[in-house]
Amino acid sequence: MKTPTTLKYSKTHEWVREMDDGIIEIGITDFAQSELGSLVFVNLPEEGDEVESGEAFGDVESVKAVSDVISPVSGVVVEVNEVLLDHPEMINDSPYEAWMIRVSDITDEDELLDAEAYDLFCETEGS
Amino acid sequence: MKLIFERSYKGRGSAHLPKCDVPVCQLPESMMRSEKPALPEVSEIELVRHYTELEKQTFGVNDGFYPLGSCTMKYNPRINEEMAALPGFTNIHPLQNTDTVQGCMEVLYKAEEYLNEITGMDRFTMQPSAGAHGEFAGLLLIRAWHLHKGNTKRTKIIVPDSAHGTNPATVSMAGYETVNVPSTKDGLVDLDALREAVGENTAGLMLTNPNTFGLFDPNIGEITKIIHDAGGLCYYDGANLNAVMGQARPGDMGFDCVHLNVHKTFSTPHGGGGPGAGPVGCKAFLAPFLPGPVVEKEDGVFKFKTPELSFGRVRGFHGNFLVIVKTLSYILSLGREGIPEASANAVLNANYLLNRISDDYDIASGPHCMHEFVITLERLQKETGVSALDVAKRLIDYGMHPPTMYFPLNVKEALMVEPVETESLETLDEAAEIFKQVMKEARENPELLHGAPHNAPIGRPDEVNAARNPVLKYTP
Amino acid sequence: MGGYVPNTKAQQQQMLKAIGHSSFDDLYQVIPESMRVKSLNLEPGKSELEVRRIMEGLAAENKPFKSIFRGAGSYDHYIPSVVKSVTSKESFLTAYTPYQAEISQGVLQSIFEYQTMICELTGMDVSNASVYDGPVAAAEAVLMCETRKRSRVVLSGALHPHVIEVVKTYCDARSVDVTVVPPKGGKTDIKGVKTALKDDAACLCFQQPGYYGIIEDAEALCVLAHEAGAKAVMSVNPIAMALLKSPAECGADVAVGEGQPLGIAMGFGGPYLGFMATTQRMMRQLPGRIVGKTTDSRGGRAFVLTLQAREQHIRREKASSNICSNQALCAMTASVYLAAMGPGGLEACATQCHSKAVYAMEQLTSIKGVSLCYDEPFFHEFVTTCPVDPEMLNRRLEEEGILGGLPVDEGLLWCVTEKQSKEDIDRMVAVVREVCEL
Repeated sequence: MKTPTTLKYSKTHEWVREMDDGIIEIGITDFAQSELGSLVFVNLPEEGDEVESGEAFGDVESVKAVSDVISPVSGVVVEVNEVLLDHPEMINDSPYEAWMIRVSDITDEDELLDAEAYDLFCETEGS
Repeated sequence: MKLIFERSYKGRGSAHLPKCDVPVCQLPESMMRSEKPALPEVSEIELVRHYTELEKQTFGVNDGFYPLGSCTMKYNPRINEEMAALPGFTNIHPLQNTDTVQGCMEVLYKAEEYLNEITGMDRFTMQPSAGAHGEFAGLLLIRAWHLHKGNTKRTKIIVPDSAHGTNPATVSMAGYETVNVPSTKDGLVDLDALREAVGENTAGLMLTNPNTFGLFDPNIGEITKIIHDAGGLCYYDGANLNAVMGQARPGDMGFDCVHLNVHKTFSTPHGGGGPGAGPVGCKAFLAPFLPGPVVEKEDGVFKFKTPELSFGRVRGFHGNFLVIVKTLSYILSLGREGIPEASANAVLNANYLLNRISDDYDIASGPHCMHEFVITLERLQKETGVSALDVAKRLIDYGMHPPTMYFPLNVKEALMVEPVETESLETLDEAAEIFKQVMKEARENPELLHGAPHNAPIGRPDEVNAARNPVLKYTP
Repeated sequence: MGGYVPNTKAQQQQMLKAIGHSSFDDLYQVIPESMRVKSLNLEPGKSELEVRRIMEGLAAENKPFKSIFRGAGSYDHYIPSVVKSVTSKESFLTAYTPYQAEISQGVLQSIFEYQTMICELTGMDVSNASVYDGPVAAAEAVLMCETRKRSRVVLSGALHPHVIEVVKTYCDARSVDVTVVPPKGGKTDIKGVKTALKDDAACLCFQQPGYYGIIEDAEALCVLAHEAGAKAVMSVNPIAMALLKSPAECGADVAVGEGQPLGIAMGFGGPYLGFMATTQRMMRQLPGRIVGKTTDSRGGRAFVLTLQAREQHIRREKASSNICSNQALCAMTASVYLAAMGPGGLEACATQCHSKAVYAMEQLTSIKGVSLCYDEPFFHEFVTTCPVDPEMLNRRLEEEGILGGLPVDEGLLWCVTEKQSKEDIDRMVAVVREVCEL
């Protein structure tokens, strides 16, 4: 799967989509979902929860493992993709469409990589 | 196999009770449930056949070699079972007057005495019902001691990254924060990293020795000293005691409290996942904080006493008493020379099997081990695509229970092998041949392993579906 | 003497040589000399016959009672013979946790059946594979209800004292506050609970029947909890569940209890069985092992441990509980008992418990000075006053092979199960009458 050039990426394998009116979407990358294997459950925060850059806001479960999902920004959760709760496999099938949370009131943002830099990072450093 | 509900036929049953010989009373209608519970209705013969069928699809220690690393699947002596079934133990109510249960109290007292001797501790509580439960009680002991001294700033417990998952989970349950300390490439505690990790907020350390790689850490004296110097206490996870019982004692290594898994080290049966017991022992200075009551002997009479600063109970009544009966019976059977004989042969068997298969398998834990060793299939997977899981599943086809899979976490494609002392030389030689054969198959015919097991009652279950769409009970 | 090590000394030497050692000491070279044990201060190992003599001697120093009228958390019920015969089957006894599903379908299916039966008894959607005992089940259940905003729990003082103590231990460790509402009239003080709940409690926990045997207004308590935004944790006696409204019918969120009455011996307190069941909504907060149904690679039905990502071996420090094992053989015991009794047998057992308790109460309270402390409907346990020293009365009963009621502040907490015959009850009453009318 090609890494979309319209998104930005973190070193912990989350992607960020900047939407209109200062809201951003966060999900996990193809690299992450393929490392984790078939996902069976997703733990997401609630609307109104605060997220902090560099801290976990939720996690994804496969049969044999749990992995934190790290927020690259600080802000407030305005929407949660509840469909994922019943269909976590959407993250495996279309990782770049299966957004997990939408965040607004961004105060702090980690340094993010563009598609090319992220691909290079995956090749050299791995997970 | 049919579910028992699928064998059910309305109106079937057995007559276990006589008719009521007092006037029958009904409870007020408003209190009664509207629908009877849909329990199965089977005759006794169907019940027996049902469970006979289930037994045929259950692999026990009585069925074959069971080298499940970290679980110590040793033989479960029948005498222990018979003694635990004596009516003088089973038909005793836990709240009887103590002068009618002096025998039970003596069982607890003697077991405590022997376990103190074996572990180098001063007091034991038999309340914890499993290893994880013991870990919880042990950490609460440490916590109670710190709180009593006013050490409220000590909020962290150090745990090596090779630890069993129960350790950090227990740390959280006890209200502490886990500090992971890395292992060296030999799987031992990195002393420099440990020195960095301790400080004013260190409450203690949780460690098992030998560790989860099956290696005895020779620096253990230094490790416990580092923690003590920093003001913390040391907790011994006794899961691996089978390697060293009678050879070395955690109390002499600098540990302040321990838990034991009697269903591992002391031969009480695993029962398909319990009941076991996780007695917790401690040095005298921690004894006042133990869960109560404990058994004391005064003028030849056994009495129950609750320690003055007890942190409370971790379960009802006295713990898994009948399991402690089995423990006592085992210790009496082995005795002074039998206990070190068991551990020495556990270590011998493990090294022997390691030696026999090390030409074919990469041993992550090195050429020498204690009672268990860790194989890694990382290279095999890179070269042939065959994983640890595939190897484990193929071993099933040869009538062997697979070793523990994917543990410890810091070894890729791990299989942990623990042969135990109750296996014979012939069994070990046979097992070695099976291991070699499976390796050969992995290289010559990987597909065979990917599809294994072939000779088991079922093939590989779809675990993803089981987790995504949980069906956790029968609905007609 | 008996170490169960099969290899002869000669074989052991042969093996040592094969791995390049000359003695067992070589294997332990890595252990610092100062830590080596020279010799344990234990007696030499004993033969099986000697061990039997010692253990039978210890058992003989206990007094099992023929007639038992004491409950308070441990109950003397009739255990059908088939229960013991099934649960002593070797493979069930000696198998490990069913992590290898392909060779553990027997254990896995039996747990699945157990989970189903617990759901039937409690009316709940999901059950786990069991925890250590009733008090621990209550503690784990109470912590399941904890959220970030609600970390205070309210307990009814009519809970078994051990339940209260264990919940306190577990909650204290996690800095969760516990409020215990003292009982009123031998049962949960509903007004007191309402006050205690306020608007920030995570849950209310109470038991049915209460510690003193009284049947609680469980529905009202669950409603109270929900009105305060809290969850309701209901601990139940499983035999009583044959008759009384189930936790699901009462609106409880989590049902727990002590499963010992289901075919498990009193055994001086253990091993016992803690059952836990909950609603579909709270399924993922349930600790402990859970078995699920799925298909295998051949398309057939298969059972497997599932939802493991909740558990300690995966979540480690983020696990909600450290619980690793269950009480598998005890859970199987309960399933066999329930299958052997069937719905009819369980109901008959419960009805006899109730009827005999009522009969015993009527007979006892016909004695001068013995009156019922709490005049409310009860299930198989009740409290009476005692006009003489309760200890002295019990000693007299003990002489007749009878275990009398448990001394409590108000007098004696009696229990009657289906196992006692009318004759047993009459005999007990006669002794009590004799002592009280002296």
